Amino acid sequence: MAAGNRRVDVEEVNGVTVAKFTDKKILDEGNIQLIGNQLFSLVDEDRRMKIVLDFSNVEYLSSAALGKLITMDKKVKSINGKLRFCSIRSDILEVFKITRLDKLFTIKENQEQALDGI
Amino acid sequence: MRTLPSSKVMSSSDDLTEEFEVLIPSDTTAGHEVQERIIGHLQTRNYHERDVFGVRLALEEALVNAIKHGNGMDPAKQVRIYCRVDSIKIRIEIEDQGPGFQIEDVPDPTADENLERPCGRGIMLMRAFMSLIEYNATGNCVILEKGRTIEEAEANDD
Repeated sequence: MAAGNRRVDVEEVNGVTVAKFTDKKILDEGNIQLIGNQLFSLVDEDRRMKIVLDFSNVEYLSSAALGKLITMDKKVKSINGKLRFCSIRSDILEVFKITRLDKLFTIKENQEQALDGI
Repeated sequence: MRTLPSSKVMSSSDDLTEEFEVLIPSDTTAGHEVQERIIGHLQTRNYHERDVFGVRLALEEALVNAIKHGNGMDPAKQVRIYCRVDSIKIRIEIEDQGPGFQIEDVPDPTADENLERPCGRGIMLMRAFMSLIEYNATGNCVILEKGRTIEEAEANDD
């Protein structure tokens, strides 16, 4: 993937893939598409089994982005992998709660807690 | 006496009230430009961060609905955006040229059987973050209102 299209920074921490969103606003459709593709490739191509998504940079998130996260969750579950979200600011957490997706996703307060026991 | 053009810009009744109407093509980039303009008006009037968050999110959802679902990205169709903002309230109308829809036909996205389906969440977020959301009878125009949040803490020297 071209560096200019990179919307997620990926690193390995003790055998766990930590993917950190680089954008403040995950709203624009083209952007959401790129983010989705990059996340999905972690599962579809790289077969990574333990993934933590770090939201610390994210200030806005639309329902289209939630759709990608739902698909990502399905993909990870289909290979019996584990997916956790962390470092979500309160406004965004409210978006997850309103849509009841906080019940679907595993959400941890920070990266350290997300990595613990995954 | 100055005569305002009949289309793009309407008059504002005082310095704190801004009222305008624009027509944009079925293109999300044009939608984002209007979004920034409206958010700028809230920030100028020092609306609370939470209000700005909610209005931006609702605008995003409503514009995507109008451009994608309403107009089907058809370049021949336009979206009308009306906005009136003052220091206590913002009202936004977004109208597309699609056939419209009935809000009761949209499935409840929080029902267990729909939790993994990517539909209906935009409307739900608009409802949660705005003070008012209404559709016209045809279902091709959404009316959004948000009253200014005034926190007690703002009145204290805390």
